[in-house]
Amino acid sequence: MTDFSAISRRRFLGSSAALAGATAMGGVLGAGSALAQTPLTVGFIYVGPKGDFGYNQAHAEGAAAVKAMPGVTVLEEENVPESVDVKNTMESMINFDSATLIFPTSFGYFNPHILELAPKFPNVRFQHAGGLWTPDNPANIGSYFGYIGMGQYLNGVAAGHASVTKKIGFVAAKPIPQVVNNINSFLLGARSVDPSITCQVIFTGEWSLAVKEAEATNALCDQGCDVITCHVDGPKVVCETAAGRGAFVCGYHADQTALAGDKYLTGAEWNWARVYTGMIETVQSGGTIDNFVRGGLAENFIKMSPLGPAVSDAGRAQFEATKAEIMAGGFAAYKGPLKDNTGAEVVPAGGSLIETDVAIESIGYLVEGVIGSTS
Amino acid sequence: MDPVDIGLWGVPLAILAGAIRVSTPFLFVSLGECLTERSGRINLGLEGTLIFGAMSGYAVAYETGSPFLGVGAAALAGVVFGLVHGWICKFKGVNDIAIGIALMLLGTGLAFFFGKPYIQPVAPKLPSISLGGWSDVPQVQSALQVNVLFLVGAILAVFLWWMFRSTRVGLVIRVVGDSTDAARAMGLNADRVRLLSTAAGGAFAGVAGAYLSLYYPGSWNEGISSGQGLMAVALVIFARWNPINCFWAALLFGGAGALGPALQSVGVTQGYYLFFAAPYVLTLGLLIATSSPERAMQGAPAELSITK
Repeated sequence: MTDFSAISRRRFLGSSAALAGATAMGGVLGAGSALAQTPLTVGFIYVGPKGDFGYNQAHAEGAAAVKAMPGVTVLEEENVPESVDVKNTMESMINFDSATLIFPTSFGYFNPHILELAPKFPNVRFQHAGGLWTPDNPANIGSYFGYIGMGQYLNGVAAGHASVTKKIGFVAAKPIPQVVNNINSFLLGARSVDPSITCQVIFTGEWSLAVKEAEATNALCDQGCDVITCHVDGPKVVCETAAGRGAFVCGYHADQTALAGDKYLTGAEWNWARVYTGMIETVQSGGTIDNFVRGGLAENFIKMSPLGPAVSDAGRAQFEATKAEIMAGGFAAYKGPLKDNTGAEVVPAGGSLIETDVAIESIGYLVEGVIGSTS
Repeated sequence: MDPVDIGLWGVPLAILAGAIRVSTPFLFVSLGECLTERSGRINLGLEGTLIFGAMSGYAVAYETGSPFLGVGAAALAGVVFGLVHGWICKFKGVNDIAIGIALMLLGTGLAFFFGKPYIQPVAPKLPSISLGGWSDVPQVQSALQVNVLFLVGAILAVFLWWMFRSTRVGLVIRVVGDSTDAARAMGLNADRVRLLSTAAGGAFAGVAGAYLSLYYPGSWNEGISSGQGLMAVALVIFARWNPINCFWAALLFGGAGALGPALQSVGVTQGYYLFFAAPYVLTLGLLIATSSPERAMQGAPAELSITK
């Protein structure tokens, strides 16, 4: 063979450009184009594929509901990395397709990409999922998110009734506050049924690592965990592996009944369809969306999957009762006295952290009963 | 069946189970690369072939209902990628490493593009053979669910070793890999031998992809590979171009990869990022331990562009 320097530079550049073109084609074709000029053009940007049975699918279902509304053109682009790519995508949606409302749905899009672009396009509204907006940020940025931890609490209630071994498992991606809160909520929900239940957590270290997620699920099943839930981008692998090992499954992000069948207890799902159509209606009627929007079960930001056939009557009753309590507002999953899993007191006796407490958004400890560590 | 409390035995069991479950893609890709490199070419595109194989295997299995047809389709896709690589590389002035990287990007991009409609559907999985019937412990039974492809890979490793050592075909591949001039003098068509070796290597990588999407973890999505195809290429150097060593290296990587989750599951929770790095630390350690200035690149085919 020849040595590397013997390639003609022109030929190398030519062939690599052709390849780049070929690989980029997927993205371009996927973006679609807006042909009809309608009063409102809305762009949705996803970090992963739209059909991942998870985070991105939940947003894409919301976008599909918007698409069905009159007078709206929807643009979508998937697999957009949290890098300068998202800026290019947003700019092309604004400049070429005249989008005036953009939903960049991944956490990492916010800083610096949305923050840098927003002042350049004051007439465009940037609605970011993740809830990071502060009054110092430009007024044409909005943040919204849901209290999905309550959904994991309800998952825990269903899990607490289904578990025989009194050990439940959680496959987690990264130890960020949202994930940590979900783990805590799952266990606290289960402990509202039986205080002796423990929850084993395994961190995989990445949002999407199929083989490691499968290994983690198998390791949990080997240790006798008989109800498994997760917080990774696409729960498909965890659901299928756990159900295949005979464990019950609680879903996350979207409805995974189809994947786990009879083993599916319930799941904490996003309900973006309701949120997005509401926001579009506000804009269409000439109003402005609030810069900082939050909601839970009562506000229809999240919903629960239909209960599976394995949920007992007692489980069903407690699930519905707890759900009604949460719907009434002011529900606290964290009730004092509560220790973390190193023995330090985190909520004093008589104290509590209710659903909407901002302290939950920076939570860093795993509560007593969770076997695992965030580092 | 009720699970039995196995406590700390979960760790060695997980390593064993991981070695069986996770090693197969490493094994097939490294055997394919071993065959290609023995003929004197490096095909870095096997990562792309693996991903395209995973996608095409899943798609065909879903459309036809037969996972075995899926494996066949993945192998066929691998052959096509291998033929393209082998054909382009025969032209003068073409660098096989650069073409490999280009084909890796192309394979990945095409797989993502055509794989879009198959992320959601559930395709039939490859069956496995239960070798754990002797045990009453369900965890052991589950760990000893061995896929046919793992056994095929093990047999293939022995077969390739025998082929290189004592068959005419093996000798021809080795001659072409060690000296193009000698091969020409013997009247061999070096380009054709390399073309066929690369095509066969591509087929192995395609099968590796089908194992990922059709058995473990058993689902097609865009993050399915996480670089396994690239690691397997490095394994070949680690295994000193010996198919039997490829088998052991693949087992080692599979088992070491299971260490992180298994340790967390028994309560060793501090520093899991460190345990996740175990396969790489292990490789570095072994490479340092087995290296020697006297016999550097022992076993490396002399026509490889990295050894020239």
